[in-house]
Amino acid sequence: MKISDLVEETYFSLTVNKVRTGLTMLGIVIGIGSVIGMVSIGQGAQGSIESRIKSIGSNLIIVSPGAQRGPGVQVSSGRGSAQTLTQEDADAIIKEVTSVKAIAPEISRRYQITAKGTNTNTQVVGTVSAYPAVRNIEIDTGSFITDQQVSSLARVAVLGPTTRDDLFGVGAEAIGQSVRINKVDFKIIGITKSKGGSGFGNQDDMIFVPLSTAQRFLAGDTYVTSISIAAQDQNSMSDVQQQVSELLLQRHKISDPQLADFSVLNQADIVATASSVTGIFTILLGAIAGISLLVGGIGIMNMMLTTVTERTREIGLRKAIGAKKADITIQFITESVALTFLGGVVGVLFGWLLAFFTTQFAGIATSISSGSVMLAFGVSAGIGILFGYYPARRAASLNPIEALRYE
Amino acid sequence: MITCANITKTYINGDVETPVLKGISFKVESGEFVAIMGPSGSGKSTLMHILGALDTVTSGTYILDGRDVSKLSDDELADVRREKIGFVFQSFNLLSRATVLRNVMLPLIYAEVPKLKRVEQAHRALNAAGLDSDRWHHLSNQLSGGQMQRVAIARALVNNPSIIFADEPTGNLDSKTGEIVLGTFQELNRKHHHTIILITHEPYVAEHADRIIHIVDGLILEDKKNIHKRIVHTHNAIS
Repeated sequence: MKISDLVEETYFSLTVNKVRTGLTMLGIVIGIGSVIGMVSIGQGAQGSIESRIKSIGSNLIIVSPGAQRGPGVQVSSGRGSAQTLTQEDADAIIKEVTSVKAIAPEISRRYQITAKGTNTNTQVVGTVSAYPAVRNIEIDTGSFITDQQVSSLARVAVLGPTTRDDLFGVGAEAIGQSVRINKVDFKIIGITKSKGGSGFGNQDDMIFVPLSTAQRFLAGDTYVTSISIAAQDQNSMSDVQQQVSELLLQRHKISDPQLADFSVLNQADIVATASSVTGIFTILLGAIAGISLLVGGIGIMNMMLTTVTERTREIGLRKAIGAKKADITIQFITESVALTFLGGVVGVLFGWLLAFFTTQFAGIATSISSGSVMLAFGVSAGIGILFGYYPARRAASLNPIEALRYE
Repeated sequence: MITCANITKTYINGDVETPVLKGISFKVESGEFVAIMGPSGSGKSTLMHILGALDTVTSGTYILDGRDVSKLSDDELADVRREKIGFVFQSFNLLSRATVLRNVMLPLIYAEVPKLKRVEQAHRALNAAGLDSDRWHHLSNQLSGGQMQRVAIARALVNNPSIIFADEPTGNLDSKTGEIVLGTFQELNRKHHHTIILITHEPYVAEHADRIIHIVDGLILEDKKNIHKRIVHTHNAIS
């Protein structure tokens, strides 16, 4: 049997009962579509979480006060839980640790901010001039805090765009005006560029002030809430992490690293943890969608078995006019593969639409990888062979005499 | 063309052995029109299945066109059927939602005949079977019984088989249409020199052949030339 005839015969058989063919295919369409859609949501979430973590800086190492915790567990690392890191620690790191590109100690806490009758509650970060370099912050208008302003205890502030919008209205000119933080007036000298993102950890809703000013006027002590360190490059990260740990253990006079009163978090660790969580999430979503694919496959087998029974006489006739077992087998397998493959094509489209509308209406980032599309095609063709094989063998093994007599 | 020597066929169902053919021997020459006649249960259908390479013998030899086909595998039998045999069945067995042409060309798919040649062969077969060309593109379920049987005859002819088996070809037709179909077989035999074996239980139908082999209880009761052959003169007027 020639390939072109096989295709023609398949087309003919599938179009004889279009409604049934369509409904059977729908099972695969939904199966493949939901696998693609769900995996894309999972991978989109993974991608956006990773990029958000990466947006806080490159090759970043964060030293926080308090006991050592596992990566990813950052809850309650706010100031007040432990006060063990000081400005001197940061100075020591910059002096003694090699491969450090920049270092920015910071003190951050939420305050009620007022300006000209409006007010908001946001994160106030006291830091130094190296902060933008360490944390990937860019200045939109004006300038960031300078070293001179840090040493002179200048009462100046740099606003995040969201904070600016909240206090002065969207896009309003804020430079030169002043905000009041904890009864102290600060002059606005710059606005940072928007980094996107919303909700928890929004880096656009912040106010930056000089570290010394924050310590003196807001906190009233010399502790810092975290020290951000940018390593020279990715390869030196674990080395820097190691050096920082040793240095701080030595400075804090702690011999057992298990009892350290600070923790050193590597950005790569955070990314890895977040990825593993979203990875599990993706697998879970994919597995649930996979069940519907399996059900679709069983639907195919069901239809093929019905078809074989219905077409018993036709099979008998084909055998009587000279079709071999292999001809019949290949014909039925081709039919089921055609069903699943076409279902797969439509399913990929359906999954893409699902992902598209999820992004449009739920605002969840999605990403369809070519890998998941290829996998979907492979799986759908595989399902066709798997679930088509048994009905096809059954058709091929029919005795032509009995098949011709079948009523 | 056909040489049967002492063919037996016994069906075994559990411990029960049912002998259906008990030693059949005869020859059919090329160009003959033979009727195999017998009541139901006589073994004529089993004999046709063996002659038509749909089944194998229990013992004895069956030589078709010089080839011993008594003990072939399923796939080898399929090759024999494809190359040498055409079937016409009582219930037509057409693909109901396919056009006449598609039905007629079906055997050529398995014979892997080139596409262009298929149409040509199908046209020749349909003309020989006497189906008007205005019906060729109709779906087969839009045809009358007589027309359907003509399509089935064309399908049997399309690959130029050595021999055509017709199993009760008039069984589902009214007597007038049946007569016309029998006339078609006669014409195929006379004009195109096709070898035809007609299987029937009706003596009247068998009388359209040149020779009648009468089978009863798995044995040949009588094998004689039909001296009272009924000749059908009208063969075109199927409406």
